[in-house]
Amino acid sequence: MAAFDLNTDSVRDLNQFLHDTSTGMSTVTNPGGRHCIACGVDAPLEVSVEGHVGYYCAGMNKNAAITITGNAGPGVAENIMSGTVRVRGNASQYAGATGHGGTLIIEGDASARCGISMKGVDIVVAGNVGHMSAFLAQKGRLVVCGDAGDFLGDSIYEAQIYVRGKVGELGADCIEKEMTAEHVKELAELLSSTGVEATAGEFRRYGSARKLYNFNIDHADDY
Amino acid sequence: MCGIVGIYLKNEALNPGLGKLLAAMLIEMSDRGPDSAGIALYRDPVAESHCKLTLHSAEKVDWGLLQTEMAAQLNVDIEVTTRGSHCIVIAEIDIASVEAWLKARHPELRIMSAGSAIEIYKEKGLPREFVEQFKLHELNGSHALGHTRMATESAVTTEHSHPFSTGMDLCLVHNGSLSNHNWLRRKLRDEGVDIQTDNDSEVAAGYLMWRLREGDSLEAALERALKDLDGFYTFAIGTKNGFAVLRDPIACKPAVMAETDDWVAMASEFRAIAQLPGAEHAAIWEPSPATVYTWGH
Repeated sequence: MAAFDLNTDSVRDLNQFLHDTSTGMSTVTNPGGRHCIACGVDAPLEVSVEGHVGYYCAGMNKNAAITITGNAGPGVAENIMSGTVRVRGNASQYAGATGHGGTLIIEGDASARCGISMKGVDIVVAGNVGHMSAFLAQKGRLVVCGDAGDFLGDSIYEAQIYVRGKVGELGADCIEKEMTAEHVKELAELLSSTGVEATAGEFRRYGSARKLYNFNIDHADDY
Repeated sequence: MCGIVGIYLKNEALNPGLGKLLAAMLIEMSDRGPDSAGIALYRDPVAESHCKLTLHSAEKVDWGLLQTEMAAQLNVDIEVTTRGSHCIVIAEIDIASVEAWLKARHPELRIMSAGSAIEIYKEKGLPREFVEQFKLHELNGSHALGHTRMATESAVTTEHSHPFSTGMDLCLVHNGSLSNHNWLRRKLRDEGVDIQTDNDSEVAAGYLMWRLREGDSLEAALERALKDLDGFYTFAIGTKNGFAVLRDPIACKPAVMAETDDWVAMASEFRAIAQLPGAEHAAIWEPSPATVYTWGH
């Protein structure tokens, strides 16, 4: 097991080590809100970050399982490709932005623009999400066990949104959809795989009305 | 991009070390604002019969000479303390009289702050240089705000730096950019608010000065600012007894707050708060968009 103390070791040295390593477990102490901790990891490593992190922690993650025992600053797991990123505290804005695959679990709340432009990642938030979450979401699933802020799923494509609590105003072209037995089953599997305790049947499902996909000639005069 | 920091000490035993804590937070925000740095610090309030001003001049000033001239002409005892390029003036007289005298006799001097406890220091250059130049480590106080500036809207000068005074014992620091500041500046000048630069943040400060002058409470003025100010902002507003925080409804500009039994702090990023004693056990949260937060005021 490798141990890094960011009061003495640099983030650059930590990331270089993680990029040069193919397996094993690493711990990171005293992150002190520093940026880009454990970014660009491309191997099935386990990384445990003990404390609060700043911008872009675990960005571009591929294959690794990264756990942050603390809060995460803006852009945690941005553009995640695969693997798992778990935040035991709260996450700031645009968590999981543009994520292509893998799973992001936030055990606290996520703030504004969670899952913006997500492209296949599964994001499970045990608490609430802020406004404009899943804005322009193209693929993947955003699961919110608490409440969602205003303009949820604005201009959404084919991503799925599940919310258990209250939803503010829905974004443009985002509508509530039927929660079928198939959706309940799929959601139950996802929840169970992330260890977040919630009953799938209590969620509502939201997605695209597909009205923004094509230009509507009748609206030409509106612009 | 800019960096904002704020700290309010709940435990008075920490007051002698306020400047040191503020310096550590400010230096940590250097990446967000390497152009200029500034602070507003509240300390050693003067008696009700007295006033305290922070003065600055772009040219070298013999502050001792100014002290003699002021004392003779205003017929009061004047105490002056220089710190870097700034000078604190304490006098047993009302603020309006001193301001009128300074404007008439020394228009080259800029009044950075006025009140009973506030002191504002700001200068071009890296935060670390600022901290050394103004000997922040020596400063005591009950609470303070700080700003590191990366200029986007206007020139890099001392006058364009933050904090901006918004009235007696009040000041404002801003991370963001306002898009309707030209229109608003004209409107505020019509209302008689003195705005000296083309800086967008000074317009926000002038706006608060105007609303408070019109009788709004700080909370009411900030609620109204949400309607009248267009653009991106995280504001921190220093008051005589505490500070307030406001983010615009889009909330692109970051802000994090933290509280322990000893202090309340806010910053653009957690790494500034991580410099404070006991930060690892603090309650930490992100202020919600379009919501006014106040402490101790």
